Amino acid sequence: MKVAILKSTLSRKNLMALTGLFLCFFLVIHLLGNLQLLLPAERAEGSFNYYSDLLSGNIFIMMISYVLYFSLIAHAVDALVITLKNKKVAAKYVYDDRKQVSKWYSRNMGILGTILLIFLVLHFKDFWYLYKFGAVPVDKEGYKNLYVVVLYAFKSWWYVLLYVCAMLALGYHLLHGFKSAVRTLGLYHPRYASYVQIFGVIYSYAITIGFSVIPVYVHLTQYGLWN
Amino acid sequence: MKIHLKIWRQKNAAAEGKMVDYDLDKVDVHMSFLEMMDTLNEQLILKGEIPVEFDHDCREGICGACGMMINGQAHGPVAGLTACQLHMREFKDGETIYVEPFRALAFPVKRDLKIDRSAFDRIIQSGGFISANTGQPAEANTLLVTHEEAESAFDSAACIGCGACVATCKNSSAALFTSAKISHLAKLPQGEKETAKRVLKMVTRMDAEGFGHCSNTEACEVKCPQGISVLNIARMNWEYTKAAVLKD
Amino acid sequence: MELDAKIPEGPLEDKWSFYKAHARLVNPANRKKLPVIIVGTGLSGASAAASLAEQGYSVQSFCFQDSARRAHSVAAQGGVNAAKNYQNDGDSVYRMFYDTLKGGDFRAREANVYRLAECSLSLIDQAVAQGVPFAREYGGYLSNRSFGGVQVSRTFYARGQTGQQLLLGAYQSLMRQVELGKVKLYSRHEMLDLVVIDGKAKGIIARNLDTGAIERYAAEAVVIATGGFGKIYYLSTLAMGCNGSAIWRAHKRGALMACPSWTQIHPTCLPQAGDYQSKLTLMSESLRNDGRIWVPKLTDEKRAANDIPEEERDYYLERRYPSFGNLAPRDISSRAAKERIDAGFGVGTQHNAVYLDFSKAIKEQGLDKVKEKYGNLFSMYKKITADDAYEAPMKISPAAHFSMGGLWVDYELMTTIPGLFAVGEANFADHGANRLGANSLLQACVDGYFILPYTIANYLAGELKAEKVSVKHPQFEVAEREVTEQLERLMAIKGTKTADQFHKELGKLLYDKCGLSRSAAGLNEAILGIQKLHHEFYTQLIVPGTAGEINAELEKAGRVADYLEIAELMCHDALSREESCGAHFREEYQTADGEALRNDEKFCYVSAWEWTGTDAAPVLHPEPLVFEFIKLSVRSYT
Repeated sequence: MKVAILKSTLSRKNLMALTGLFLCFFLVIHLLGNLQLLLPAERAEGSFNYYSDLLSGNIFIMMISYVLYFSLIAHAVDALVITLKNKKVAAKYVYDDRKQVSKWYSRNMGILGTILLIFLVLHFKDFWYLYKFGAVPVDKEGYKNLYVVVLYAFKSWWYVLLYVCAMLALGYHLLHGFKSAVRTLGLYHPRYASYVQIFGVIYSYAITIGFSVIPVYVHLTQYGLWN
Repeated sequence: MKIHLKIWRQKNAAAEGKMVDYDLDKVDVHMSFLEMMDTLNEQLILKGEIPVEFDHDCREGICGACGMMINGQAHGPVAGLTACQLHMREFKDGETIYVEPFRALAFPVKRDLKIDRSAFDRIIQSGGFISANTGQPAEANTLLVTHEEAESAFDSAACIGCGACVATCKNSSAALFTSAKISHLAKLPQGEKETAKRVLKMVTRMDAEGFGHCSNTEACEVKCPQGISVLNIARMNWEYTKAAVLKD
Repeated sequence: MELDAKIPEGPLEDKWSFYKAHARLVNPANRKKLPVIIVGTGLSGASAAASLAEQGYSVQSFCFQDSARRAHSVAAQGGVNAAKNYQNDGDSVYRMFYDTLKGGDFRAREANVYRLAECSLSLIDQAVAQGVPFAREYGGYLSNRSFGGVQVSRTFYARGQTGQQLLLGAYQSLMRQVELGKVKLYSRHEMLDLVVIDGKAKGIIARNLDTGAIERYAAEAVVIATGGFGKIYYLSTLAMGCNGSAIWRAHKRGALMACPSWTQIHPTCLPQAGDYQSKLTLMSESLRNDGRIWVPKLTDEKRAANDIPEEERDYYLERRYPSFGNLAPRDISSRAAKERIDAGFGVGTQHNAVYLDFSKAIKEQGLDKVKEKYGNLFSMYKKITADDAYEAPMKISPAAHFSMGGLWVDYELMTTIPGLFAVGEANFADHGANRLGANSLLQACVDGYFILPYTIANYLAGELKAEKVSVKHPQFEVAEREVTEQLERLMAIKGTKTADQFHKELGKLLYDKCGLSRSAAGLNEAILGIQKLHHEFYTQLIVPGTAGEINAELEKAGRVADYLEIAELMCHDALSREESCGAHFREEYQTADGEALRNDEKFCYVSAWEWTGTDAAPVLHPEPLVFEFIKLSVRSYT
């Protein structure tokens, strides 16, 4: 394949789509793991810590994680390249009412993405970095106790709120992103395209609600009304 | 009815442009938007001023010449119309109407509302055709095209090349225009043969002309006077990837 | 001047094959040394340019639009005829030939019309190969519909946008040649003069509409494919830019004009709603398959259409033409509508329309069926008028549509100037005094794809040894100077009336006196009126801006200046033809029932007119029409 092809607008969008869909897939795994936090406290701690340890030690998972890091960086960098080119060629109108004909979140994927990027920095610092390089207590099985780190993190209500807001941004990002990715990759059959579109909506809701419920639940059960 | 107009005036491609105000009385509600512009121009000429230049020709929505941003929307506020099919009854008495040219880096303004859309022609010439010389083809009914294939190809082929898709796109992407032609020809057995070569050439030319990326906001489909589906874009993407991967 | 149509000898069905077999050819290696100019990129121009470029000629193609794809062929709705006989309903080349000749009221050449029908077969093959998405049966075979004036189904169609799809096919073929470097395309260029050197067409003067520059282009042959001039009536179904300037400038350089007054007035168009109106949109003829046309029996009827009881409605087409009824040919339907409107029975606010009523069809076939057949037309009607035609009848009226007349051409499509060809609607060749529906797309395509490429070679073969002309030739100098002077003259008047105002006045005058029906008295009045308007034009016109920039008003003024002269010739043409035939209806020559009365003894000829100067009367050169193979009959649809 020639370099010219790789640099075309369509190839750049393909990279966005592929990395985006991989991240979508990762979110499912991530969510499934995190759902363990909703278990009764004593079971949750063991299960979650065991799971975290499993992920960090497995060579296969390691490889996947490099794909993940690549996807995140490529998705962000590619987005930047695409946005810069779009800004250069796009029109500016004195009076612009084009917003009438498309969804706000489809036009603002860059802003939603930037919010998510900021969130990710925070998220990595608080959990990933701490788990890998920080001083984390050990549970009774001898695993690093990420569970208490999570509990501690969601102590403050504003941190929970921040998380929920970030998940809303994620939700809208997914709502457009999933459909857009599948279109970019070329699913043009009208019937299957509409099925996938419906799936995308369900998926986006599930991810958003799933990830939002966890901090709220943790906060309320550990520090809030239900405690 | 009375209207207040704010129209983009620009002497030539190099000149700076600006919005200029005009008042127009006695506008008939049954006038088409372009007939309203004719009326304005006639008044300007008789006052010794320079009339507003705008593209138009067939005035029945098929030639694709007319195209302007009316109140911030391509071809105006009503979906599925060209500017020439828009009528003044869609506006309120006393309303202020903003009129600007379709804008994009690839569509430079020539004067006032007149723009240069030759980039579209260059995209077509790069590969938007079937290579069939006059006299070569065989008897038409030896090639079967199912009813569904023909109808679906027509849906894509209906594009009038007005440029509303580009004008309404936040990225000035020509994906809908380019994909409609790729799709039209790929859907037909007689056009399918050249698909790979065609899609690579047309996309390369589209990029070279300075159009942006498609963000799949679907604004283009909404503002397309022929209602061309964004699924054509998916088709183009698919054909492109396939061609790029299989290219020797 | 003796006009020689150069019809080949031999039986009707062999003439074209004979011609092709004996025409001179140009060696492939020599073709690129023979530049050809083609003005116009509609169906005939684009198809000719693409076909010639494929053969290896170097083509320069011109259009005034910003893209070749916007030529007005794009607006043709209904379809394209071809004698494929796919429906097994008795069609044949001969039958199509006869229908076309009869439809034209026996005022066209047998050989030309036969060739049109013959070449129709290959056209469908060509269009399909280009990717034109014609309607198909479920099994995959091509589908047909029927059209006015014939008894077989021979019309191929792509929904209501057949012209668009055929044009895109031709345009794409043209653009392919542009990419290959064999065609140089000049969009936004308007031909303003023809350059004739030693009696042969050798180039054009064109104005670059984006810069105002006057440019010279030389070639070994010039093809005019600029379509019809029905826009002369101002209100018409044509595009705003359609004009007669290219053919008129050629005419003034010596090409004869044939039957310029034969204009088809289409019966089913939207009526004029006010003075501001710029265009009368065509509603497809197919509507007359199920719509019933009527007017109230009372003049000054105030009730809404639905409130008028059945017995107080006059279904005048069904009354006058019981066997064809609402499907009577276009000229007859239009004239019948005008008769009722003039008698005071017109409907609508301007009393200028008749009803086209679908209530019976909806009652008998159901709303869904009617929607399926005509849904897009009904929604188009609603877009323009805001009225719902499912609820109340449509209001329609006749509007100028197609020019049967044009530059006189011989069998080779060459005008009286050697090296100047005219194709498509710009010429007078195949339709006689009235064109049948779905034959215009056909003629444009056939001329460009299948006829011109042979006949132009026959001419160019003789030009190979001729001295190559350069744009520095004094004749280019002269033509350019005249063009510049004319533009300066228009700019310098600085009067008080716009080109559009003159155009509207001219259109009204012409429609009233030289439109659907004509009379000697009316035509004489019209000639005086036009002369007066002509004088006023050159003293009262106002053109803003300058000639050295984009200036739509200057473009319009130039076209109106030509229209004023064409209009006068049209009236002379109509006046000289003391018979009624096809679209040409002289009130003095009608039967007791008000039908056209042809005079084959005195007027079985094509009127070809020679320009003799601005203040001199045009000179008529009749080309007798010889009918060897068919017998002339009375064209009856009652």
